[in-house]
Amino acid sequence: MHKKTIAELSRSLQAREFSSVELTRHLLSRIDALDGGLNSFITVTAEGALAAAAAADERIARGEGGPLTGIPLAHKDIFCTEGVRTSCGSRMLDNFVSPYDATVVSRLKDAGMVMLGKTNMDEFAMGSSNETSFYGPVHNPWDLKTVPGGSSGGSAAAVAARLAPVATGTDTGGSIRQPAALVGITGVKPTYGRVSRYGMIAFASSLDQAGVLTRTAEDAALVLEAMSGFDPRDSTSSPAPVPCYHGSLQESLEGLRVGVPEEFMDEGLDSENRAAVEAALDVYRALGATVTTVSLPSLALSVPTYYVVAPAEASSNLSRFDGVRFGYRCDDPADLLDLYQRSRGEGFGDEVKRRIMTGTYVLSAGYYDAYYLKAQKVRELIAREFRQAFQHVDVLMGPTTPAPAFELGAKTTDPITMYLNDIYTIAVNLAGLPGVSIPCGLVQGLPVGLQLIGPHFSEARLLNVAHRYQQESDWHQRLPVGY
Amino acid sequence: MEWETVIGLEIHAQLNTVSKIFSGASTAYGAEPNTQACLVDLGYPGQLPVLNGEAVAKAVKFGLATGSKVARRSVFARKNYFYPDLPKGYQISQFELPIVQEGKIEVVLEDGSTMLVGLTRAHLEEDAGKSLHEDFKGKTGVDLNRAGTPLLEIVSEPDMRNAKQAVAYMKTIHTLVRYLDISDGNMQEGSFRCDANVSVRRKGSETFGTRSEIKNLNSFRFVERAINFEVERQIDILESGGKVVQETRLYDSVKDETRSMRSKEEANDYRYFPDPDLLPVVLEEGYIEDIAATLPELPAQKRARFIGDFGLSAYDAGVLTASRELGDYYEHVVERLGGEAKLASNWVTGELAGALNRAGLDISQSAVGPQALADMLGRVVDNTISGKIAKDVFEAMWSGEGTADEIIDARGLKQITDTSAIESVIDQVMAASPGQLADYRSGKDKLFGYFVGQVMKATQGKANPAQVNELLRQKLAG
Repeated sequence: MHKKTIAELSRSLQAREFSSVELTRHLLSRIDALDGGLNSFITVTAEGALAAAAAADERIARGEGGPLTGIPLAHKDIFCTEGVRTSCGSRMLDNFVSPYDATVVSRLKDAGMVMLGKTNMDEFAMGSSNETSFYGPVHNPWDLKTVPGGSSGGSAAAVAARLAPVATGTDTGGSIRQPAALVGITGVKPTYGRVSRYGMIAFASSLDQAGVLTRTAEDAALVLEAMSGFDPRDSTSSPAPVPCYHGSLQESLEGLRVGVPEEFMDEGLDSENRAAVEAALDVYRALGATVTTVSLPSLALSVPTYYVVAPAEASSNLSRFDGVRFGYRCDDPADLLDLYQRSRGEGFGDEVKRRIMTGTYVLSAGYYDAYYLKAQKVRELIAREFRQAFQHVDVLMGPTTPAPAFELGAKTTDPITMYLNDIYTIAVNLAGLPGVSIPCGLVQGLPVGLQLIGPHFSEARLLNVAHRYQQESDWHQRLPVGY
Repeated sequence: MEWETVIGLEIHAQLNTVSKIFSGASTAYGAEPNTQACLVDLGYPGQLPVLNGEAVAKAVKFGLATGSKVARRSVFARKNYFYPDLPKGYQISQFELPIVQEGKIEVVLEDGSTMLVGLTRAHLEEDAGKSLHEDFKGKTGVDLNRAGTPLLEIVSEPDMRNAKQAVAYMKTIHTLVRYLDISDGNMQEGSFRCDANVSVRRKGSETFGTRSEIKNLNSFRFVERAINFEVERQIDILESGGKVVQETRLYDSVKDETRSMRSKEEANDYRYFPDPDLLPVVLEEGYIEDIAATLPELPAQKRARFIGDFGLSAYDAGVLTASRELGDYYEHVVERLGGEAKLASNWVTGELAGALNRAGLDISQSAVGPQALADMLGRVVDNTISGKIAKDVFEAMWSGEGTADEIIDARGLKQITDTSAIESVIDQVMAASPGQLADYRSGKDKLFGYFVGQVMKATQGKANPAQVNELLRQKLAG
C-alpha cells in the first residue's frame, strides 16, 4: 500500500480494495517501526488519524469521496493544527497547542485528507539541514549519516521513506525544493500568494510560501489544487483563480523553450550533479523542447540579499514569542526584562538567535539604508532579470542544490557554507516565482534534483513539464534501501 | 531675555469603527478584560492582519476635510518594540508613506482671531493594550481589549506659540473629528488624546530649541497646564545656563508637573520597515470622490454661514458650531420659529447651555428638544409671555411639566396685554404711592423703575413690559 502514489491510492480507496482506516493503520505502523531512525515526526496523531480515516471511509461509502478523501498526509510542524501541538521545531513552542487550523490544514481536512502527524523541521524553518530542530536532526533515509536537507526535512524524509504519500512544507529560501532534491522526491514551491499563509508560523513573510512534497508531479498537482486559492484572512494571497493542475499534466512539450541560467552551471556545482542535470535536459530535448543558455547576472547577490531580508522580517515576526501569552516562559522571572531575556534566551536555539540579531542589526537606525533598503533594490533587480529571461523562455532549468546530501554536522560550524547550500533556490523566493524540484539522478548513491522555475502563476505548466519527465524516467520511483 | 515657545501636537483620535483595524473583534469600550481580543489581537502564531476598510474611509474623510493630500498609495510599517501590552512585539503603523499628508486647518482663538496650523500628516495605526499595575500584588496585568483599535495620529507642524493656541488647535480637531463622525472624541475613555512637543528659543531665533515630548495628555486643561509647566521649566534651565535635554516626559496632573520618562539615549530604535503582511493601500480616484460626496458641512463653513445668514456674532457662531449636534439643534429651533435667529442663539447658548451644564448632559440628551424650545420662544415672539416669564416656563419644561402652552395655561402665565387692564393696575399703584409720585413729578426720574416694579409685582410679572413702560410714561407725566 505504502508504495502507491496518491492517484493510485485514490483509485484503490474508491474501488474499496482497502479502506482509509486500513491504509492509515498501515502507515502508522510504518512510522512506529521506521521513524526511530529517521526522526521525521515530532508528533504522531494516531487517534485523530484513525477517526478521520473512519469518517473518510463513510464519506467514500456514501459516494461523496473526492480524489483526496481518505488519503493520509503529514503536516510540517509550522502549520497550526487545532488541538494539536504546533512546535515549529522550537523549544519556544514545545507546549503550544494551537486553538485553530491553518488555512492549508483546514482546506486539506475539508478535502477528506487524514493527518498522520506533524513533521520535524529546522527551528522556525531556519536551516538547510534540519539540524537546528529542538527535537533533534532528521536523518536522510538514503543514508542515515546524511541530512535530508531543510527546513522541511521531516516532511521530505517521511515521504521518501514512504511513511506518508504526501507532506506539506514551506519554502522561504529553498526549504521545500532543497530537501526534496536531497531525498529524491518531488517538491513544489508555488508562486508567492498562491497558497494562504494564514496559520503558517511566519519566518520571513514576504518570502514564505506553503507547498507540497510528494513522490510524483501528478500527486503534487492533486494536493496543490486543493490547498491553493484566495483566502480573505491573508491579504497577500492572490485572487487569481486556481486552474485544474491535474488536467494539463499530459500536455505536449513540443516547442517548449527551456533556458538554463549559466550562473547555475558554474564551478560551484558538483560535476556528477551537473551530469545528472544535463542528462535530464537531454530528456527534454527528446520531448521536443529547445534548450538555450540564459543569464541571470545578479544571481550571485541573491544569498547576501536573502540574508538581509529574511532575518530582518524574522527579527520582527519572532518578537511575539516573549513568554507573556503563550509558549515557553522562564521560571520565576525577576522582572519584565528578565522575563523577556530568559524566556527568549532559553526558548530559542542558536541559529534562530543568530538571525534575530542579524535582522535587528540590519533594521537599526543608521544601517537600514545600507542593508535593508539596498537588499530590497537588489531583490527588485533579481526579479527584473527573471522577467527578462521569461520573455525568451518558458521555463528555467538547473540543479536544485550544488551537491547531494552532506553528512550530519559537516556544515554546522560554519553558517556561511550552510547558507550557500541554497544558492540555486533562494533567488526564486526573492522574485516570488514558482519552483519545482524533481529527482533526476543519483550521485554516489544519493539523489539529486532538477529545478524547474517558471513565471508567476505558471504552476500548471511546471507540473506538466515535471510530469512529462517523470513519464520518461524512473528516478522518482527509486526507493531508499530498507523502506 | 525674551523667549518664544514652539509647540507641535500629535493627536491620537480613536476611529469609531465597529471592529478593530486588523481584526474582526469589537471595539466597544468597557468590556471585561481580554474579552474583546481575538487571536489576531493576541498576536498568536500564524495570525495575519487584514485591513478594515472603514478605518481607511474615515482617514480619507479627515484628509479631505482638512484639504490635505490623500495619498493614492500609502504603506503600513512595523514599529518594533517590546512591551507586554504590545502582543506582536511591533505596532502596525504608517511611517514613510502615511495616508494623509500636508494639510492646513483654521483655528479660531479665544479672542475671535484666527490662525492657520499646518498638518504634517495623519496616519493610521493600531492602538496597544493596557498594562494594569494595580491589584496584581507587584505583578502587571495586561488587558488587550484596546489592542488593535484603529487610531488616526494627526501630526501638526510646530506652528503654535503658546499653550492657549495649542488648546484651541486641539479643540478644533476635536470638533472636526466629531463632525466627520470618525471619532467619538471621548477624552475620558482615551478616544482622543495627544502628545505635545514643546521647545523654547530666543525671540527672533530661526532655529528650534531642543524639544521635549509630553506624552498622553487626555484633557484640554492638562494640555494647557502641562505645556505651561514645561515652558517655564525649560526657560528656567536656559536662564540658569543649562541645556534642555531631548526626552520624553509625563505630565502628573496631581502635582501639576512634568517628569522625565526616558531620554533620547534610552529611546527605542523602532526599526520601522514596511509590513510584509499587508499590501500597500492603493486608492482609486472614484473611491475618494465617493467619500468626498459624503462629507458633511464642516465647522468652519457652518460658522461662516451662521454669521452671514443669521447675523450672529463670531463668538456666538463659534459656540453654536462647537459640535455638529449643537449646530443642528440651533438650526432646528430657528427653522421651527421661522426666524428670530438672535433670540434662538441667546436661548441656546444661555438658558439651554446652562441647564445642560448643571445636569452634566450634552445636547443630544437635552430634556427640552429643539421643537419644544422653538414653540416656547414662539410664545415670547407673539407676546403671550415675556422673556422673564419664559425662563420660568423653560425651567418647568426642563423638569417635565409639559409643553410651553400647557405650562402657561396651568400656571396662568399668559401675558396681560389689555391696555385698560394695565392702566387700571397703574392707577392703583399711583394711588398707593403718592409720595413717590410727587418725587417723580418733581424730577426724580430714577423712580420710574420703582413704578415699573410695582406694576409687575401687582400683575405677577405677567404685564407686557413694553406696554407697561409706555402707559406708565403717559400716566406719570400726568
